[in-house]
Amino acid sequence: MKALCWQGKHDVRHETVPDPRIEEPRDAIIKVSSCAICGSDLHLFDGFMPGMEQGDVLGHEFMGEVVEVGPGNQKLRVGDRVVVPFTICCGDCEQCLRGNFSVCERSNRNKEAADKVFGHTTAGLFGYTHLTGGYAGGQAEYVRVPYADVTPVKVPRSLSDEQVLFLGDIFPTGWQAAVQCDIQRTDTVAIWGAGPVGQFAARSAWLLGARQVVVIDRLPDRLSMARACGALTINFDRESVFERLNELTGGKGPEKCIDAVGMESHVGATVDTFYDRAKQVLMAETDRPHVLREMIYVCRPAGVLSIPGVYGGLVDKIPFGMLMNKGLTVRTGQTHVNRWTDDLLRRIEEGQIDPSFVVTHIEPLANGPQMYKTFRDKQHGCIKVVLKP
Amino acid sequence: MSNPELTGRPSPLDTKARAAARAATPTSPRHSSATAKLARGLGWFSIGLGLMEIIATRTVARRTGLLGRESLLRVHGMREVANGVGILASRKPAPQSGWMWGRVVGDALDLTTVTAAAAAAKARRPGSHPVAAMVAVAGVAMLDVVCARSLQRQANAARQTTDYSNRSGIGASPEQVRGAALKTFMQPPDMQAMPQADTTVLR
Repeated sequence: MKALCWQGKHDVRHETVPDPRIEEPRDAIIKVSSCAICGSDLHLFDGFMPGMEQGDVLGHEFMGEVVEVGPGNQKLRVGDRVVVPFTICCGDCEQCLRGNFSVCERSNRNKEAADKVFGHTTAGLFGYTHLTGGYAGGQAEYVRVPYADVTPVKVPRSLSDEQVLFLGDIFPTGWQAAVQCDIQRTDTVAIWGAGPVGQFAARSAWLLGARQVVVIDRLPDRLSMARACGALTINFDRESVFERLNELTGGKGPEKCIDAVGMESHVGATVDTFYDRAKQVLMAETDRPHVLREMIYVCRPAGVLSIPGVYGGLVDKIPFGMLMNKGLTVRTGQTHVNRWTDDLLRRIEEGQIDPSFVVTHIEPLANGPQMYKTFRDKQHGCIKVVLKP
Repeated sequence: MSNPELTGRPSPLDTKARAAARAATPTSPRHSSATAKLARGLGWFSIGLGLMEIIATRTVARRTGLLGRESLLRVHGMREVANGVGILASRKPAPQSGWMWGRVVGDALDLTTVTAAAAAAKARRPGSHPVAAMVAVAGVAMLDVVCARSLQRQANAARQTTDYSNRSGIGASPEQVRGAALKTFMQPPDMQAMPQADTTVLR
């Protein structure tokens, strides 16, 4: 079959790889109908995530049709249409039973390595580092889905791929980012990053009743999409984030802040971004945490910082004293996707939200390598790429 | 299919919408990849030619009819190397097109130098081929112009801002849907914020 394979930094290729097969009784094989490039795929593309190996099949946002089911799988049948969440979960361990699916204790097949690096393992992820299991991803014609009697979500044929595909990652990720804020009707929610997760976080915060939602970015097309849902916007290239947020909140700052940027914040707007980039080049720091610093500074005391943006390793110069003295609550983590999917699918069916709004590019899978560059460089108004195998 | 009224635009599955999504990419991936390869090739060519002009100055001068102007040839060589490094070091079309237009200007200087030399008596020595040099420079110049224009188009397209202000994704006006999810939503106990802060605000 054909798949997009990671061959090194800035090197993704459309290659022929062996077809997947059933390995465990609970497995299923999915024929992919649509897959997407996620912002966190760019961290792999840019070489910031350790534990990748040449030839790894990329992609953790995908959906399709079940074409084969293991003998121990009682949930799925051949022909079922499913979206597959990026976090693989067993459904039986202590964390899964608590709804903490992204830290499933069993699904990471490289648990020993993860235990050493993280202290305790997290869940297995599709198309990601070998520290999270090294499972082949969904930017391919077929995918093997482990624990397929728990992880996949059946979706009705009445909805298009573009309407349900994002249930596997970015929609629940934006939703959880907003839920973690415990939004009150008096709250201002500030969101850094108007990429796909930022867009879903803005809509989620609005649907959850925020008084005002403010989205911070520098790209006019992304900011226009944020304004479409009623958000106010700040272009950090043109105005001070701190001053503008103070203007909007009577000088008190936003109660809730969401970091939808993560480890590769834009270099150029402030001095600390150059400092981070220099340290990255010298391999003295892995991530660029400008957004974290800014959120800690602008957030109202006793506020909440919600961090869906992906961080990979070590960050420097975090004003922890400021964080502690302001009594801020920090909530972060990979998304517990399956905790939200049933509810969000119902909201899509009811017409409360149509996730297809975020799609800007639809391309054949073979164009994937070029689309990685287009997405990374934010060219041609690119916000979300859907690939068709 | 997605509801056009919901999103304020046609469904992405709609054929016209797909065509529009593709039209947002004015150059096909294959085309832009070919341009990038040509730019890289010309970058390496620039470095190679520049090094030849610096290291084998006298040989190049004899072949091109530039004997006696070796210093000028070395300056041209340094310019070629700098230009080549600039092209190879640029990742995005905008700066790369700048360097490529730099090569076009350099081609014009080369052509002027070789043409002037061709008219001189020294150029008519045995082993000297100033006319062939002029043809070669003109040929490479054409490639440079094609590549620079293609990169320029890509850079312009990349800079174009698309207006997505009709893509709300929510069923009605923002004011109408504000808090709509709360009718069927219970805040999970493990994700509640400090309650006293909120009650103070609400009082």
